[in-house]
Amino acid sequence: MSKAKRNRKVNKQTKQRYIWAYIFILPQILMFLGLSLYPIIMSYVYSFYDWSGVGPMNDFVGFDNYLKVFTEEMFWNAFKNTFVYTAGFVTISVTSGLILALILNNPKLKGRVVYRTLFFLPVVTTMAIVGIIMKNIFGNTGLINQVLQMIGVIDEALPWLINPVTAMIVLILVGSWKETGIIMIYWLTGLQMIPKELYEAAKIDGAGSMQVLRYITLPLLAPIGATILLLTTVSSMRVFDLVKTLTNGGPFYSTETLELYIYRFAFASEGQSQIGYASTVGVILGMTVFIISLLLGWVVLKLNKQKGKNDLKTEMKKI
Amino acid sequence: MSSRVSMGLTHLALILFGLIWVYPFIWMVSSSLKTNASFLTSGVNPVPEKLHWENYERAWNVANFSGYFLNSVVITLGTVIIVVTLSCLTGYALGRVNFPGRRAVIAITGAMMFIPTGYTIIPLYELMKFLGLSNTIFGVILAESSGAHVLFILLFAAFFSRVPNEIEEAAIIDGCGFLKIFFKVILPSAKPVVATAVIMQFIWTWSSFLIPLVLTLNNPELRTLAVGMLSFVGKYQTDWTGMAAGASISLLPVIFIFILMQRYFIEGISGSVK
Repeated sequence: MSKAKRNRKVNKQTKQRYIWAYIFILPQILMFLGLSLYPIIMSYVYSFYDWSGVGPMNDFVGFDNYLKVFTEEMFWNAFKNTFVYTAGFVTISVTSGLILALILNNPKLKGRVVYRTLFFLPVVTTMAIVGIIMKNIFGNTGLINQVLQMIGVIDEALPWLINPVTAMIVLILVGSWKETGIIMIYWLTGLQMIPKELYEAAKIDGAGSMQVLRYITLPLLAPIGATILLLTTVSSMRVFDLVKTLTNGGPFYSTETLELYIYRFAFASEGQSQIGYASTVGVILGMTVFIISLLLGWVVLKLNKQKGKNDLKTEMKKI
Repeated sequence: MSSRVSMGLTHLALILFGLIWVYPFIWMVSSSLKTNASFLTSGVNPVPEKLHWENYERAWNVANFSGYFLNSVVITLGTVIIVVTLSCLTGYALGRVNFPGRRAVIAITGAMMFIPTGYTIIPLYELMKFLGLSNTIFGVILAESSGAHVLFILLFAAFFSRVPNEIEEAAIIDGCGFLKIFFKVILPSAKPVVATAVIMQFIWTWSSFLIPLVLTLNNPELRTLAVGMLSFVGKYQTDWTGMAAGASISLLPVIFIFILMQRYFIEGISGSVK
């Protein structure tokens, strides 16, 4: 075979490979354009219309919906509740996930895989079902009240889900219980990335376990900690299943979050749906989540950079 | 000696705390086997005096959990097949072929991770309505398959890019074309990644709530277990044991799959965070 002929054959082969590659990615691209990109663009478009979802969409109102949202007390209530939930949920689940991970990372602890599985179990279950079960457990004649009365902590049943403050606390606790397992796994990954030599060196230097935790483990976990914070914050701002099934936003809208607010106006309003208005809230929620991701993402990058520098320092010390 | 004592105390604390941790599940299953009367008076005691399987019968037949179960199975299987197939194909193209535009596709895929897609439920609903697919099972499957499968695509791409080129070259010499190499030579070795993607997507879709809730608003026949459960509670307010049976039915498959595959699953997640 002459060289030119062989080249042509190779070219033909490469071209065929390219064509096959395009055929392989085509379905995913179509799905992305139709079911991700198009909806994202459309939610912006809807937000400029006064539209009920029925009939033609021809009532362009400019920024009216945005004005309406920002002057609506109920929106700010949902906005506040979302942040209260997120703050409580992130604090509790990230801390308890870390504590569990520190305990269950000990290679000397027998049966740690069994324990990990135990604490991971709520993660794989259905959030909506958990909400319904917990609604019963925290109900007036529910398990929690029965136990508290049995051991004599309270005399009368407490109305956990009927009081605005305790309803939010229950929501946060149940949410944290459901998700702590996955956060524990994230932390375990971080713990396993810490070089074993560091611990050995600290042991030789005679550091106690608290000192090791304070000066080695926690600082080295900081970068992945920031990532965990980002993931949990962003996902908890979109809480829906749990609120819908556990409290349905009640009592008196005291646990209504933004996603529930959107759902109420888009799909569950008595009377007519307000797709335009609901889309506006959706866009604002999306923007808020986006800004928070950017801020936290910046922290993640900075911490990783610092870690890179530290690594460099230790490397140089070795030399 | 003291370390042994502290280890023992750790175990004690973990067992106690772990029991409280999973107690809601124990409570759920035991309640599903009690009568409504004993359910209200038995408190923490999880042992039913007699096993009342008729709660399951009632949930399954009267409350239509058989129908919800079938819907959940069809929707979950459909979504898993679509999502895993698409991510596998995309991952293969990205991992093994350096086609023009590859970097752009990777960039878009990566960016999708940061686009908050949560609020797309309204346009998605309108789109399904426009296509005539709202209140159909195919509409739910299609909507469930939407969204970013960044994680799976990256898992597949990373796996396929590690397959040595020699294997592919040898297959070409044997006269295999692109498709034959993919299906006969390389895909069979990707079983662990396929399994991870299938399990994770199965659990996600099985637990999904918002999309099936919205897309079946006007057609209760198509409700999934999670959505059906909600309406069940509304309708039969006092039937707690029937509710517990329904919840057990809903959680059983997903917990079964998890326990069966738990090592795979936890490792798959740990691997992806790195």
